[in-house]
Amino acid sequence: MTIALETRNLRKQFGALTVADGIDFRLERGARHALIGPNGAGKTTFINLLTGGLRSNSGGIFLNGEEVTRLSQRARIRRGLGRTFQINTLFRSLTALDNVALAVAERRGVAWNLIGRANRHADVVSESRDLLTSLGLAQDADTRVSDLAYGKQRLVEIAIALGMKPSVLLLDEPAAGVPTMESRRILEVLDSLPQDLAILIIEHDMDLVFRFARQITVLSRGALLAEGTPDEISADHRVREVYLGERDV
Amino acid sequence: MGNLHAGGYSANAALRWQESLPWLVAIAAFFLLPEFLNLGARILIFILFALSLDLIVGYAGIVTLGHAAFFGLGAYTAGILSARAGINDPLIQLVASGVTAGLLGVVTGAIILRTRGLALMMLTLAIGSICLEVANKASSLTGGADGLAGITIAPVLGQFRFDLYGKTSYLYCLAILFVCWWFVRRLVYSPFGASLAGIRENNLRMHAIGAPVYLRMLAVYAISAALAGFAGALLTQTSQFVGLNVVSFELSGEMLVMLILGGVGRIYGAFAGPAVYMIAQDQLAKQFPEYWYLGIGSLLVIVVLFAKGGVLGLVDRMVSRIGKGRRS
Ligand SMILES: Nc1ncnc2c1ncn2[C@@H]1O[C@H](COP(=O)(O)OP(=O)(O)OP(=O)(O)O)[C@@H](O)[C@H]1O
Ligand SMILES: [Mg+2]
Repeated sequence: MTIALETRNLRKQFGALTVADGIDFRLERGARHALIGPNGAGKTTFINLLTGGLRSNSGGIFLNGEEVTRLSQRARIRRGLGRTFQINTLFRSLTALDNVALAVAERRGVAWNLIGRANRHADVVSESRDLLTSLGLAQDADTRVSDLAYGKQRLVEIAIALGMKPSVLLLDEPAAGVPTMESRRILEVLDSLPQDLAILIIEHDMDLVFRFARQITVLSRGALLAEGTPDEISADHRVREVYLGERDV
Repeated sequence: MGNLHAGGYSANAALRWQESLPWLVAIAAFFLLPEFLNLGARILIFILFALSLDLIVGYAGIVTLGHAAFFGLGAYTAGILSARAGINDPLIQLVASGVTAGLLGVVTGAIILRTRGLALMMLTLAIGSICLEVANKASSLTGGADGLAGITIAPVLGQFRFDLYGKTSYLYCLAILFVCWWFVRRLVYSPFGASLAGIRENNLRMHAIGAPVYLRMLAVYAISAALAGFAGALLTQTSQFVGLNVVSFELSGEMLVMLILGGVGRIYGAFAGPAVYMIAQDQLAKQFPEYWYLGIGSLLVIVVLFAKGGVLGLVDRMVSRIGKGRRS
């Protein structure tokens, strides 16, 4: 198995608070890997460090074998790193189609076209529509995302990231705040993603985690606490103590 | 909120019949109101200025209080070329003004666009005042507080002399405005225009999809500055004089008022605003000078509070109401 994403001894401090305490982590190609841990454990921060939205204090980050620690967020994205946000980060007054098309256009390198008509970029438009269709949002393509139901907005959140055609996808609580019925829909979508895409998912919904993930890493106070298959993790007494115990799994 | 000209990948970029109205009105005015052509040319110039402002305020979401810096540099470039260097060809001056203003846009944009919101607005204000001070102090070049006189403008294309009645001025300004409008409209409906909407809507997400946000902002800022520079040059050429007021804070503020009156982020708000404002000023300010600012102030308050989208927003709503009435 090749490694899609790796961190070595990654550290980050906010003042006196250590949020990444020497994290050594590996995400394999085609992984279905979950990152769990209590509130404030540093999960979102870890994603921000990976994407370059935040700078680490020390340690290394490797994407598909190449060191990207000092590269900008944009350079990492161009090398195949995509993410979604825990709190919806959408272009709210634009249509679902435009939300996805913006990402597709950046990837295809057409967004510097100053004179051509956006709607005539058939490649961008049809790819974006197909993507929305594959997520069951065909009917909603021309609706403003702020007018969509919350569950559908969460899907658009994922659709934008998919528009970037990443090789590594970091999902920050994709089902956060979504009612159980609709979170099933999100799980279906995740299950339908390309097999060779490496996925790291942060999720508090243990049902979803245990159905989706083949590998689980537990983070607590910025440090890796345990790593293993779902069975190993649910049997681990340390994990039960800091995390699962609280949630009656 | 039905903004007709929001652009994007779902937008239909085809011209609508209403978009011919401003041009029809402008051409009709040329034949029907020959005594108002000088005012008409000024209105066209300020429409171009407002259009450049709309591009960054309405489409890129950059609120500026210093846009007169670019207008003023354009005006001075044209004036200085004529009065100090004897270069009197209007189109050469126009291009030069666009280039200098565009360059100033790149240089100042490179600094201010690293900030956002209130900090950015304060920086535009600061840069505006610096430019005013430079124009004032460099009096050997600019004429300082006395203004720059001794400007002569050669006939357009060697053919059309600037006449007393403003015929040439009017048509010349109309032609330049038309070309700039065409460009702005294309830009709004382009992928670049769509990415500006993305930046305005969610800067964080634009970064996260790998967009070079800063460069995009810088590009649109420079383009807008160049367009404002064109407008400044037109003012110099049609009035054959440049005063310090072209770089003033008052002018920046007044333009923002005109744009808000007309409607922000909809292209034609930049047409409606200056036209309404300047015609009202021409008619009312002379008769009721003491009430003019009071009137404009109150109007602005009403527009901001009750008529988001300005004059054009009101028209939109009236049209859609009539449409609904017909259908039911
Ligand atoms: N920019 C910041 N400056 C200072 N402290 C921060 C910053 N961002 C996060 N923190 C702190 O770092 C810690 C980790 O936050 P983080 O958002 O990574 O947690 P999390 O594991 O994603 O939690 P949750 O499950 O609630 O989303 C928290 O204590 C948080 O308050
Ligand atoms: Mg989080």
